[in-house]
Amino acid sequence: MQFGIFTVGDIAPDPVTGHTQSEAERIANIVRIAQKADEVGLDVFALGEHHNPPFVPSSPTTLLAHIAALTEQIVLSTSVTLVTTNDPVKIAEDYAMLQHVAKGRLDLMVGRGNTVPVYPWFGKDIRQGVALALENYNLLHRLWREDVVDWEGTFRTPLQGFTSTPRPLDDVPPFVWHGSIRTPEIAEQAAYYGNGYFANHILAPNLHFKPLVDFYRARFAHYGHGTKEQAIVGLGGQAFIARRSQDAVETFRPYFESYPVFRGSSLDDYMERTPLTVGSPQQVIDKTLTFREGFGDYQRQLFAVDGLALPVEMALEQIELLGTEVVPVLRKEMAARRAPGVPEAPTHATLVRAKYGDAEPRQPRPNPNRGDNLSGASPYQDSDPAVTARFPQVV
Amino acid sequence: MTVATLHSNDPAEPESAVRIVVVSAGVSTPSSSRLLADRTAQKAVDLIQAAGGTATVGTVELGPLAVDIAQAIVSGHPGERLQEVFERLASADALIVSTPVYKAGVSGLFKSFADLLDNDLLIAKPVVLAATAGTSRHSMVVDEQMRPLFAFLRAIPAPTSLFAAPEDWGDADLGRRIARAATELVLLVRSGVGTAIADTAWTGYDHRFGGHATRAERSADDVDFSTDLMRLAAGGSL
Repeated sequence: MQFGIFTVGDIAPDPVTGHTQSEAERIANIVRIAQKADEVGLDVFALGEHHNPPFVPSSPTTLLAHIAALTEQIVLSTSVTLVTTNDPVKIAEDYAMLQHVAKGRLDLMVGRGNTVPVYPWFGKDIRQGVALALENYNLLHRLWREDVVDWEGTFRTPLQGFTSTPRPLDDVPPFVWHGSIRTPEIAEQAAYYGNGYFANHILAPNLHFKPLVDFYRARFAHYGHGTKEQAIVGLGGQAFIARRSQDAVETFRPYFESYPVFRGSSLDDYMERTPLTVGSPQQVIDKTLTFREGFGDYQRQLFAVDGLALPVEMALEQIELLGTEVVPVLRKEMAARRAPGVPEAPTHATLVRAKYGDAEPRQPRPNPNRGDNLSGASPYQDSDPAVTARFPQVV
Repeated sequence: MTVATLHSNDPAEPESAVRIVVVSAGVSTPSSSRLLADRTAQKAVDLIQAAGGTATVGTVELGPLAVDIAQAIVSGHPGERLQEVFERLASADALIVSTPVYKAGVSGLFKSFADLLDNDLLIAKPVVLAATAGTSRHSMVVDEQMRPLFAFLRAIPAPTSLFAAPEDWGDADLGRRIARAATELVLLVRSGVGTAIADTAWTGYDHRFGGHATRAERSADDVDFSTDLMRLAAGGSL
């Protein structure tokens, strides 16, 4: 099972010191946080995408590429990549490039995004949000699996003989998770393709997402990818850890109480009702084990630990505690409880092995420039000659 | 006013009790909003019993839920006590909703509660709309504010709206209006038209997966996979 952290890169005034991080500071701190997560042996670092203050990660692939260069083993991911307002062609290109420079340490989570004005800023209509997400992912899926794509849909200009470059690393696309908080159609798409399904989980009552997770599991089985217990499920979580639980509560309370999302909520009530844990490592362990009891064996647990205006030193300490005291125990406990036959989350290495076995992975080499390879049926030396592209008619 | 026209559809067949739920946003003790709703409920029960049926009345006071309602509005997630209320409303055969008028409008508490209801929770549910105020100048609040709200919710408001200003409590006309509204409510329930509409046209309304409505989709077994979006989700096109 994978354990990691996810962040949306938010900035807010520190209620204790009054300090507000500059964008430059926050960006540098996100990099430190990711490096720390790598150092302490966490499996995943996921970065959100936002296009408005007070969030900094508008360009997750740029930041993740930088982080990839500074880390050794951690898998980089997103939470989420906006599959509605981004052109799926650009997602295919950007994330394939990122997958190359990260040497395969990459997957991504696609989601709709719920900030209303972002849609018109990018020329899209939020009322079409679900359809946009579904159609765009359908195209993205093909762009990473077919050298030459002819495509026509509702929301973007048609493609004729289009090749998304670079081809994914080893011609194996990054694994995709679909994030959704309310939409069965998104869970259905995840199930149809045998992709992962991620439930944000935090900010909502315990087990609020169980009907959607169960729906995804049932449909994963329906489409023949395995049993419903073998479906690839990820969950969010939120924790603030201190060795003594009363220290955790005392330190965290002002950050919780002054953060806009939680205004009007009581911390004690929130801990009781939602996946948030504020307490000792053991309390975080115990609470996380209840996630498994509620949702079944799952593959990926991401914790939100650096938001709410926490100073970076505190966030780094959280990651230290998570990596040294919480996750090692959770790995053991989860493994001990795991039913036989439940798979791990796919990684680049397991996907390469699944596709090629012991054979060498495909390494696409382009044909020389011959004048027509803006769009053509045989972009690579080993492209299937049987593939033909449908070109625009010239009259 | 006579209400002798009430007969069950089939007297030979014992009916299960009609479940009436009162929702009151009154906050005083005693509350005239609650009183208006209770008198309507009592009249409805009398009519049902006179026709050989049985009825139960449950009451939801919004005052004690004020903090839950406010928290649900800002967090987007109603707590357990509210979820329980939603389930009671969903399984009710008829509602009587009553609010005080504040500043020329329905009480904010009442509106906030209504804002939390799933859009499909009250589809085709018979409802008596009622309000009380300190002056008769507010008498149109029921028809101008509550009726559009329950139209949005696709409920079936009874034709007669109830409104009581202080002077109405000493006027027998209020009792007659209560009887008229209760009669309408009972006849709507007895006709079965609400249930028939919801049963027949359910898929034509907007729904939310995992909602509180009695017919809400809660698992893969309930979901309609023949929609355009579901086809798109499974690799199809629009």
